[in-house]
Amino acid sequence: MSAGPSEPLLVVEGLRTHFFTRLGVVRAVDGVSFTVGRREVLGIVGESGSGKSVTGFSILGLVDPPGRIVGGRILFEGEDLTRLPEGRLRALRGERIAMIFQDPMMTLNPVLRIETQMAEAIRAHHPDVTTTEARELARDGLARVGIPAAEERLSAYPHQFSGGMRQRVAIAIALLNRPSLLIADEPTTALDVTIQAQILHEVRKLCAESGTALIWITHDLAVVGGLADRVAVMYAGRIVEQGPVDAVLDHPLHPYARGLIGSVPSRNRRGVPLQQIPGMTPSPLKLPVGCSFRTRCTRADDRCLVMPELEPLPARHLVRCFHPYLEVVS
Amino acid sequence: MSAAPLVELRQVSKRFARPLDLAERMARSLGATVSERVVHAVDRIDLTVFPREVVGLVGESGCGKSTLGRLVVGLYEPSDGVVLLRGVDRGSLGREERRRAQLRAQMIFQDPFASLNPRLKVREIVGEAPRVHRLVARRDLDRRLDDLLRRVGLDPSYKTRYPHQFSGGQRQRVGIARALAVEPEFIVCDEPVAALDVSIQAQVINLFVRLREELDLAYLFISHDLGVVEHIADRILIMYLGRIVESAPTEELFRQPNHPYTQALLAEVPRLDRRRRSFAPVKGEIPSPLDPPPGCHFHPRCPHAMDRCRREAPALREIAPGRLSACHLNERG
Repeated sequence: MSAGPSEPLLVVEGLRTHFFTRLGVVRAVDGVSFTVGRREVLGIVGESGSGKSVTGFSILGLVDPPGRIVGGRILFEGEDLTRLPEGRLRALRGERIAMIFQDPMMTLNPVLRIETQMAEAIRAHHPDVTTTEARELARDGLARVGIPAAEERLSAYPHQFSGGMRQRVAIAIALLNRPSLLIADEPTTALDVTIQAQILHEVRKLCAESGTALIWITHDLAVVGGLADRVAVMYAGRIVEQGPVDAVLDHPLHPYARGLIGSVPSRNRRGVPLQQIPGMTPSPLKLPVGCSFRTRCTRADDRCLVMPELEPLPARHLVRCFHPYLEVVS
Repeated sequence: MSAAPLVELRQVSKRFARPLDLAERMARSLGATVSERVVHAVDRIDLTVFPREVVGLVGESGCGKSTLGRLVVGLYEPSDGVVLLRGVDRGSLGREERRRAQLRAQMIFQDPFASLNPRLKVREIVGEAPRVHRLVARRDLDRRLDDLLRRVGLDPSYKTRYPHQFSGGQRQRVGIARALAVEPEFIVCDEPVAALDVSIQAQVINLFVRLREELDLAYLFISHDLGVVEHIADRILIMYLGRIVESAPTEELFRQPNHPYTQALLAEVPRLDRRRRSFAPVKGEIPSPLDPPPGCHFHPRCPHAMDRCRREAPALREIAPGRLSACHLNERG
């Protein structure tokens, strides 16, 4: 069963991933819904603890106990990933859906040569590929992500690469089997500006060439602005605003998204205090009743004691707020 | 600015050497040519910070910006060159004088988790230095603590808490209160907001700006984030592999970057107003400081590199009033 070309590649509906800790239940992801079209780039933005990474891990079925997906559906090419047996999920991972992490050493095994790791990723899904063919594919993969002297580098170990080069290797491995979806969890956060620019450039180019859709998870609004078609802003386990990247970044409707974008230094005039969101992210164990942002919001009133729904507005823009900044749009 | 500089560095270098291990020493005694590996973390740098000035220091990892910050506050001794505090050579000061002088320059660190002792209460973390240096009478210490905590936006009742009871942003505020406790006139801030979430980062940057106005502070503000530095600094220094390559007033630097490395940095910083833009990023890796390229350190990545750049390191020269750049291109035409 495969989805038609007009249907989205990935449909996440009401995803709920909770962690059952000794101190109580952490609703890390609590009713998240979004879609990703073929070849589309979706940015998921949020601060620490917003649930953005857990959302990515949930799609791949990589949530470890005490965490568990407790509700919702994840339809990928028509199949519900939350109901797939582990064996079938394994076959998808690295083949149809791949992931890169903030720390490339989460992908790489420190005691194996790069060649061994890359060949393994190919032959795990295509056992009929010979060792020689796998080596060639691996070499081409390294060359594609801009690693010089790819042939020689195949026999190197991960510690012989710099941080930026390791991330390139991780990306090369992720793209080896030409997946239709790549999930990137803050892969450039630990890198320097010039190296980050190179990686962003390569990933965007490679995904466009191989027709891979991309979910880019980050705390950095500016990176999303340069990369994504659409963006979802998460706060305390929920999407509070979602829409085309220009609409969300230029005319944010949710008070949190607006505060977040307003607090970026380059958006502010020198010498004028930065816009700031008062207070801090509430503890995930003690979220306020109703809208989770209520206690930090200047617009909150009694209505906000009930959690608002993610309401659709014109132009595929959605917002979860009773008092959105609608006047700004007109 | 006419006042005497608070801090002045003259041709300061800092080298770190890894001593030879046993096998290498044996090899050498048998006649092999084995030498110590030396990192030139900071290479003949001049730097001045005037009273009430905020100097931004920008560079990528390994460029030596943190080492430079530590040299300035006296956590490291320079391998070469002199550090002047209000015009007096720090090396010439006696022990007690030096201790007094160094109290005037404090430091705030990047990691608010690693830079606070987890076993001490806030009262001890912030109050220890003024007590040890006898800056405040014992009976006034509590009132002083309350003032300090209020000044950095923390509730005075928090002084009985331990660091683990605070969020990252609050811990950074504790670190700031600790630096302020000895009434410095100058603070080296080493990536103080890099570990914080965007919304918390804005709160802490605003705090730095407010404190500077209230207390007439000067900062050396070290960051890899040009957006943050653009907001807070009066003047910006760009560092690459141990050397300063450009120095300019903030607005001029952003309007018209001179050095090719500065130009590359400015072009490549993701900005909110740049959407799905395609560009050719600067090529290559940051070279290892153990083995920097000869001549201009940036030449292997520079689109304008000429023969001369491979042979000869360009000096940091004045290219306009108040602007310095180290690039051979400025000497043509």
